[in-house]
Amino acid sequence: MEALLYQLFSGLANGIIYGSVALALVMVYQATHHINFAQGEMATFSTFIAWALMQAGWSYWAAFFITVAGSFAGGLLVQRIVLRPMEMAPVLTNVIVFIGLLLIFNALSGMLFDHAIKSFASPFPKNSWFATKYFSAHQLGSAGVLLLVLGALFAFFRYTRVGLAMRAAAQNPDSAKLVGIRVSWMLGLGWGLAAAIGAVAGMMIAPIVFLDPNMMGGILLYGFAGALLGGIDTPLGAVIGGLVVGVLENLLGAYVIGTDLKLTVALVLIVGTLTLRPDGLFGRKVVSRV
Amino acid sequence: MKPFNRKWIWLGGALLLIVLLVLPFLVKNYRVFQFNMVLVYAVAILGLNILTGFNGQISLGHGAFYALGAYTAAILMDKLGVPYGATLPVAFVVCFGFGFLVGFPALRLAGHYLALATFALALAIPQLLKHKQIEGITGGVQGIVLTKPEPPFSFRFLDQPFSADRWLYFFSVAVTALMFLMAWNLLRGRVGRALIAVRDHPIAATAMGINLPVFKSLTFGMSAAITGVAGALGAIVVAFVSPDSFTISLSIFLLVGVVVGGLASIPGAIFGGIFIQFVPNIADQFSKSAPAAIYGILLIGFMYLLPTGVMGGVYKSWTKLRARTAE
Amino acid sequence: MAKLLDARHLCAFYGGTQVLFDIDFSIEAGHITAILGANGAGKTTTLRALCQVVRTTGSLAFNGGSGEVQLVGKATESVVRLGVAHVPDGRGTFTALSVEDNLKLGAYVRKDRAEVARDIDKAYARFPRLAERRRQQAGTLSGGEQQMLAISRALMLRPKLLLLDEPSFGLAPLIVAEIFRIMRKINEEDAVSMLVVEQNANLALDLAHHAYLLETGTVALSGPSETIKCDESVRRTYLGY
Repeated sequence: MEALLYQLFSGLANGIIYGSVALALVMVYQATHHINFAQGEMATFSTFIAWALMQAGWSYWAAFFITVAGSFAGGLLVQRIVLRPMEMAPVLTNVIVFIGLLLIFNALSGMLFDHAIKSFASPFPKNSWFATKYFSAHQLGSAGVLLLVLGALFAFFRYTRVGLAMRAAAQNPDSAKLVGIRVSWMLGLGWGLAAAIGAVAGMMIAPIVFLDPNMMGGILLYGFAGALLGGIDTPLGAVIGGLVVGVLENLLGAYVIGTDLKLTVALVLIVGTLTLRPDGLFGRKVVSRV
Repeated sequence: MKPFNRKWIWLGGALLLIVLLVLPFLVKNYRVFQFNMVLVYAVAILGLNILTGFNGQISLGHGAFYALGAYTAAILMDKLGVPYGATLPVAFVVCFGFGFLVGFPALRLAGHYLALATFALALAIPQLLKHKQIEGITGGVQGIVLTKPEPPFSFRFLDQPFSADRWLYFFSVAVTALMFLMAWNLLRGRVGRALIAVRDHPIAATAMGINLPVFKSLTFGMSAAITGVAGALGAIVVAFVSPDSFTISLSIFLLVGVVVGGLASIPGAIFGGIFIQFVPNIADQFSKSAPAAIYGILLIGFMYLLPTGVMGGVYKSWTKLRARTAE
Repeated sequence: MAKLLDARHLCAFYGGTQVLFDIDFSIEAGHITAILGANGAGKTTTLRALCQVVRTTGSLAFNGGSGEVQLVGKATESVVRLGVAHVPDGRGTFTALSVEDNLKLGAYVRKDRAEVARDIDKAYARFPRLAERRRQQAGTLSGGEQQMLAISRALMLRPKLLLLDEPSFGLAPLIVAEIFRIMRKINEEDAVSMLVVEQNANLALDLAHHAYLLETGTVALSGPSETIKCDESVRRTYLGY
């Protein structure tokens, strides 16, 4: 029983990580209706920037917020400069460009920061007052951060004018233009926000798995699985999906198929969700009457 | 075609043939090995192109089929003593079947969802191959070491011995030629037009009598089969397979090869093969990450600039979109 | 009377294909103007040209009350901000969003919150069926209801010029009659100028003050709708008698 609980909680802790990546993916999807394959590498690069700032003497939270702000700007710029001409292009073209971005960001991380594994500080020291038996301080702290981001996103999409405009621009860019929405800028904004979220995710993940250019490879896959499972167009669904993936991965790994097939679990989840329940557990089915 | 042109084409073809035959003896053994890999990659890219370039189904996971073909060949040779030549048809059939099966769930996925599913497949493959349960067959983490086949007869030409690599060169040329011929034959007739019809106007294609699900799965199967043969050939040429040879990088490199060579271009596959074999060698000298950077920039650059099948396809889609909505 | 819109030498292109060939037309403020013609004549393209959704050359002089502005070359978003609302063919509703969200989006460029809320209430008063479904996904509405929503959405802009592309398309005659009746009412009560593209020439000529007949990208006929209605060739080709 103890072991089961442990697996459960450890799965939840991992799930928080996957959920935060899933959140960034959902952000991009809500804004652009594209899946950003480069999300993981961009997050890794942001984390490296934060690391470099801390190496240069900045305090954790100063580095944190500068990195988030910088990532926002970076994401916005990437959309404006690289992706804008592709807005009208077919999906294949966009996918190829995303893979290209994946490669470039991965290369940038490698070239600027070398491939040696680095440790990354956590803002939640081991003996904080809220550390418990099953969850470390960092895990609880990350969960808190994630919930904050989630709450902010939810409020943004639900209650703000810009959030509504962004959703409209992603769903129906032509109609969005006709109500005066600057669709192109909405896409840029979406990318900026996604990059910022990715940076947060990266900085929460790095203390656990250590920082190197290929940090996000497998995690990205779990993020995808979580986002799809929860419903690629709902932020809350993404987080829940991430938690489910984390728990499933651990439980299946411990009791059913052995720990070395974990990526296969993600694969099966992705394919299964896409074929059996494409809207995910919480996604809204869009009905259109012919 | 004017007789004048035809004469030049025959002449050019003959010249090319002579160069092809003599080439392995003009260079060192290692270079011949690299040429062999160019051919292997060219066939793999050809397979991917059929699916993605001609049929519009995005696959970021063709490394999986390559790996399947490679391991099929390796296991047949290592555990069952099958002669290397015979492993290729088996790899073809096995990968065709697997690709056909993969094609079914793929039917319901379009665009980036298919890309995502295949991406996941490619990421999961190395782990699957290392799995303990099948270690007995696959050799686990260490993989399987093979012996390079010896040439059936020996001689010297231009002061170079007819080595295993040189023999494999001619073998690869033959296999490559066969695969390209098969693809060209397939694509130039009704099947080819059907492929493109399904890519561009799936609903209209169905109305014209093409059974969409079966057709798309068959295309997947064919594409997987050809890339699988490339994998088998690769296993023979390299004489080694291991799970870490088939990471997501392979799938991405194949995609790069397709893009650089030209989507929906058969001869482009050769150029793609040359590219992904030699560029990392050169770029590696600058920095470990340089190949990735170059590939990334090129992928994006090609999408922007090159007026080949890539840009042509984009332009065609734009004008089609306009034409469809014009009054 | 002041010309709300004056189009001269207007040409429109889809990529390399030219669809409108040097047409001239004008819209009087406060009037309903109709554009008639067969399929492929260029009617929808004309509306798209106004919104700068397609490439155009020529002149589109728009006089919305604050001086004359040239529309050609502007971004669609800017044209909208000048007070041009477009109800596209196919309604163009945001099917995944609620009815209320659709209306809110219609007022996206406006800054006067209180007035926007008032306009939403006005829309519900005008179309009670929308009020009933205000939280529903727009995609679940019937064709007629979506048309009402699309028109309401456009009106949320408080536009100077309302463009309507085939408002009768795919709708039952009763619904169409109701919608056209409401359109006339909107024009009379709120003095909203309209440019209506319609294949149903009868309906259009009854509603509009002025009409243009397009044939393969050029203006074949123009004049007050009464005159057009009596024209021999129009009657035979488009009115069926």
